[in-house]
Parts: sequence; structure tokens; C-alpha cells
Amino acid sequence: MLLINSFLFCGFVCLVAQIILDNTKLTPGHVTSMFVVFGAFLDSFSFYDKIIKVVGGGALLPITSFGHSLIHGALAKANEYGILGILMGMFDLTATGITAAIIFSFIFALIFKPKN
Amino acid sequence: MVINMKSEKYELIAKEHQAPKSRLKNAIIAFLVGGTIGLIGEGIIELLCMYTHMSRNNAGTIMIVIMIFIASLSTALGFFDKLVTKFKCGLLIPITGFAHSMTSAALDYKREGPIYGLGANIFKLAGSVILYGIIAAWFFGMIRFLIGGEI
Repeated sequence: MLLINSFLFCGFVCLVAQIILDNTKLTPGHVTSMFVVFGAFLDSFSFYDKIIKVVGGGALLPITSFGHSLIHGALAKANEYGILGILMGMFDLTATGITAAIIFSFIFALIFKPKN
Repeated sequence: MVINMKSEKYELIAKEHQAPKSRLKNAIIAFLVGGTIGLIGEGIIELLCMYTHMSRNNAGTIMIVIMIFIASLSTALGFFDKLVTKFKCGLLIPITGFAHSMTSAALDYKREGPIYGLGANIFKLAGSVILYGIIAAWFFGMIRFLIGGEI
């Protein structure tokens, strides 16, 4: 069941993005930034957590989940340390993704030559 | 002149009839490709949970690292760009798009040197996602914190 939900949810997010991209003058950069902001907005009242519970891995993959994990880590730390926790916990959950992307892209940039 | 006018007119008419069709096609392709990526992600999580007995959260993190690895490698090998022009948002919206933007920026600016080329430009495209993500998370987080209640 989670597999089907993953397919439908991840597909739906990409579908919305493609419709926005085709019918407006926005670039992919605008659309991804909008989606991150939207993901952070959805999780400010833990709505995205409920989506992840229902959908599973399909909800972790779209870029909306990046916004969700930023605010989720921030609020989790804020629960412990007060208002300073928002600054402390910002990267708690996204650190893996960002670090992995930096390391892989750096190593591959050293090894491979750019192709046109 | 007459022929030119005619071909122009023809192109206009053809465009009018073609545009919505290709938009629909693009949307369907984005849905199917994005959905397939979601399906693969969930499949990886379930396989990891089944064979290594790790928790679902850890499996999700490892799945994201695997996806980033695949996207970075295929960008470096040069065929991810072709896939992106075909499938567009189906590949750009999942985390693969984030990894793709970083790796392609790193590769493109490598020849301008390690500091002002690679180092300065690696976040050229991914930077906006990180910047606006943090600003939004900080803004909504502050509002959520000030409203109070159980977080």
C-alpha cells in the first residue's frame, strides 16, 4: 500500500510542478524554491509528518521534504532549548542530504570531465 | 511573400493546436517518472528494513543518500542531462534534481579553478533552494514557536 501511495504522491508533486512550469514564465529554480517554502509551511503544524506516515518514502523524495526536515529539526530543538533551538536544530535532519550531495558532487567533479 | 505569410499562419495554427497537447504529455510524463522515483525510494526503504532490520527513519536517510549518489554519478557520466530534458519535473523535483544541480555546477566551473570556479559556483543553483528553505523554516518556525502549544 505504501508503494502505491509513494507512486501517487511523488507523481502528484511532480505533476503540479510541471503544470506550473509549463503554464507560467517561472524557471525550474523558482519552482523548486517555491516547493521548499511550501514544504516548510506545511510542516509548521506537523501536517507533512502525517503525509509521511501515510505515504512513506514517496514523501521523503520530493524537494518539499527538504523544507519539512529543516523546520522539523528546528522545532524539535526549540522544544528543548527554547527560541535559540530554532537556530541550533535547523540542519539536524537535512545534514545527511546536503553533506552527501557536497561530497559526491565534489568527488565526481574531480574524477570526471564535463560533457557538453 | 505570400508563401511566407502562409507558412507563418500555418505555424501559428499548428502551435495553437499543439501546445495544450504537449503540455498534457509533459504533465503525464512528469507524473509517471516522478511516481516511479517515489516507488523506487519506498522500495529501497522496504528492502533495507526487511534485510537489515534497521529502523524506518535510518532506512529513509540511507535511501536519500543512495538516490543522491545515483543522480550525481549519472550527471557526471553525462546522461542525466538528456533525461532531464525529456522528463523535466519528474526528475527535477525529487532530491535527484538537487544533486544534479550541484554536480553539474561543479563540473561546469571546474576549469575556472578550485576556489573561484568550483568552490564559488557549486551552490550556484542549489543555493537558492537552501537559502529560501532556511528563511522559510526560520520564519514559520518562529511563528509556530510564538503561537506555542505542543510542538
